[in-house]
Amino acid sequence: MANGGSGSKVVKWVDSRLPIFSFVDHALREYPTPKNLSYWWNFGSLAGVVLVVMIVTGIVLAMHYTPHTTMAFDSVERIMRDVNYGWLIRYIHMNGASMFFLVVYIHIFRGMYYGSYKNPRELLWWLGVIIYLLMMATAFMGYVLPWGQMSFWGATVITKLFSAIPWVGEAITQWLWGGFSVSNPTLNRFFSLHYLLPFAIVGVVVFHLWALHTTKSNNPLGIDPRGPQDTIPFHPYYTVKDYYGIGVFFIVWAAFVFFAPDFFGEPDNYIPANPISTPAHIVPEWYYLPFYAILRAVPDNFVGSWIGFGYIIVNAKLAGVIALALSIMILFVLPWLDTSKVRSGRFRPVFKWFFWIFLLDVAILGVCGAHAPDEQVFSWFENFDYLTLARITTAYYFIHFVIILPLVGKIEKPLPLPTSISEPVLKGGGSAGAAATAKPMEKA
Amino acid sequence: MRKFAVSLVALSGLIVGTIAYAAGDAAHAPSQNWSFSGIFGTYDKAQLKRGLQVYREVCSACHSLRLVAYRNLAALGLDEKAIEAIAAEKEVPGEPNEEGEATTRKALPSDKFVPPFANEQAARSANNGALPPDLSLMTKARVGGPDYVYGILTGYKEEPPKGVKVPDGMYYNAIFPGHNIAMGPPLSDEGIEYADKTKATVAQQAKDVVSFLQWAADPYLEDRKRMGIKVVLFLLFLSGLLFAYKRKVWSDVH
Repeated sequence: MANGGSGSKVVKWVDSRLPIFSFVDHALREYPTPKNLSYWWNFGSLAGVVLVVMIVTGIVLAMHYTPHTTMAFDSVERIMRDVNYGWLIRYIHMNGASMFFLVVYIHIFRGMYYGSYKNPRELLWWLGVIIYLLMMATAFMGYVLPWGQMSFWGATVITKLFSAIPWVGEAITQWLWGGFSVSNPTLNRFFSLHYLLPFAIVGVVVFHLWALHTTKSNNPLGIDPRGPQDTIPFHPYYTVKDYYGIGVFFIVWAAFVFFAPDFFGEPDNYIPANPISTPAHIVPEWYYLPFYAILRAVPDNFVGSWIGFGYIIVNAKLAGVIALALSIMILFVLPWLDTSKVRSGRFRPVFKWFFWIFLLDVAILGVCGAHAPDEQVFSWFENFDYLTLARITTAYYFIHFVIILPLVGKIEKPLPLPTSISEPVLKGGGSAGAAATAKPMEKA
Repeated sequence: MRKFAVSLVALSGLIVGTIAYAAGDAAHAPSQNWSFSGIFGTYDKAQLKRGLQVYREVCSACHSLRLVAYRNLAALGLDEKAIEAIAAEKEVPGEPNEEGEATTRKALPSDKFVPPFANEQAARSANNGALPPDLSLMTKARVGGPDYVYGILTGYKEEPPKGVKVPDGMYYNAIFPGHNIAMGPPLSDEGIEYADKTKATVAQQAKDVVSFLQWAADPYLEDRKRMGIKVVLFLLFLSGLLFAYKRKVWSDVH
């Protein structure tokens, strides 16, 4: 644009006063991108697209929604029944939350497999974790707004976690509630914050992109581009690739919106909130399930007896809350826990296996989170309940970060790295991993 | 690309499988053949009308339908006169008169279905302490959806299994969680006479009223699925074009 001829007089006039055209040109057109990015690199832009769709649909929903305990449920049903295409907007938004987490989880695990958190991208990774935390808070408060049974009881369970904090926990919880239980002030502030936080996410996304454009994209080989022969301009190569990804992604999203809109939801949330009737099982949304399992997995007085918190009486709840917080906070130190200098899992024969085991571990944690702790896992194997399974998988979750990653990085002998992205294999390394990279680009 | 596709399918399978496995452990009502299931599913208007008749003659004695307005019945093919007549059977609170006294008026098509009881206490006292739930979202609000509601309506057993004691005032139902339900068997063979002369077996009435309740819970189901097919076909076409364009753009990189 800036160096193109079209409309150049006006463009130049503006650009010399506010270099917005140069900026866009630089950030979205020239931005030199490794030429070998696979489709796993599409999920960042997909997350950005979901964020925009969520904000747009959310603003429209807010025009019709009433944040009052006596009217919230009915106002959502009014959107579903009487607002023109309200059902469509609401289903897009509702399923959009699941799509957002789906895409972001793939984005995160892609970063883990290809070592995208390593030097020099630690801050980029941190900003991503912050976005993820903000997403969790936003989604939680959004789930409360329809004021169904799961909204109310989910909000009660999660906010009560804060009461586990010694001394001030009770006060913090009441401060969060704006009262002595989850009630109208709670709903009001959750609505306000649910509207606010997405814009905070947008802000952090700007920093995330800023850091990205400073350190440049990682790539499936995990080696730095050696020069212009290794990169291509973002536009048109990756813009068109992203458009294609968005098209396919929208098909998946649309399939849920139009053909299975309540797939991710709990039937109980179509029952209006009732503070005197507790549902048989309080289950969070699927994207929190692994963490819910970790929360419930920690045995009584675990921290008290094993780490020694001195005079603080550490009850099971506090220990669980600490484990829950640590399970996410540990992502912040991941760049230093992984001691391997090699970024891409492709060249790490041992790490590769542990990565997939870790992924499976998180999935099993999710299953544990969905089941009652005393439920039996197998019908044919006695005395093995979900609590036991959750404890094993929770332990493994932390072992992966604290023991396996540091050790594997030290012990493992990585495969030979290609010398550059364009000519990955010069020495004819015989390994399958290196051979796969011989293709300059995973041709679509 | 192929490796990516395979891994992506495997990963989505893992996630969706985990969710489905996590959700799928409630007591199962046998699944029925519904006209509205599947991506091309639609409502059978004749069936919905029969279901409306079952609701009005049987269910509405105890169960409200508070989110549905009489005017919505136009979707079942009822004309304005029929809707006005149905609404006019009920009285609702009106505007205060000129002396400021409370009045009542006949319900209008714009009113929501008038509930059978004035409040929860009245409902409980008339029903042995139990509260008949509102039915507007019933098929969405239970695990198993319409299959579950159908299962309840047809799941009554006169004789409970051996060794099972049913408390006084309760009934044995094979599908209801815990099996003791406060609602007596609401349907009976030929308990009502269908306006369209369909034979009113319990199964027929259950099927009809559940379809009606499904419509009540999900009135835009047909529009949604119709639009969905168009949207997905369009997106498939668009993605195909974008894929072709992507290959063209990338051809000089390889």
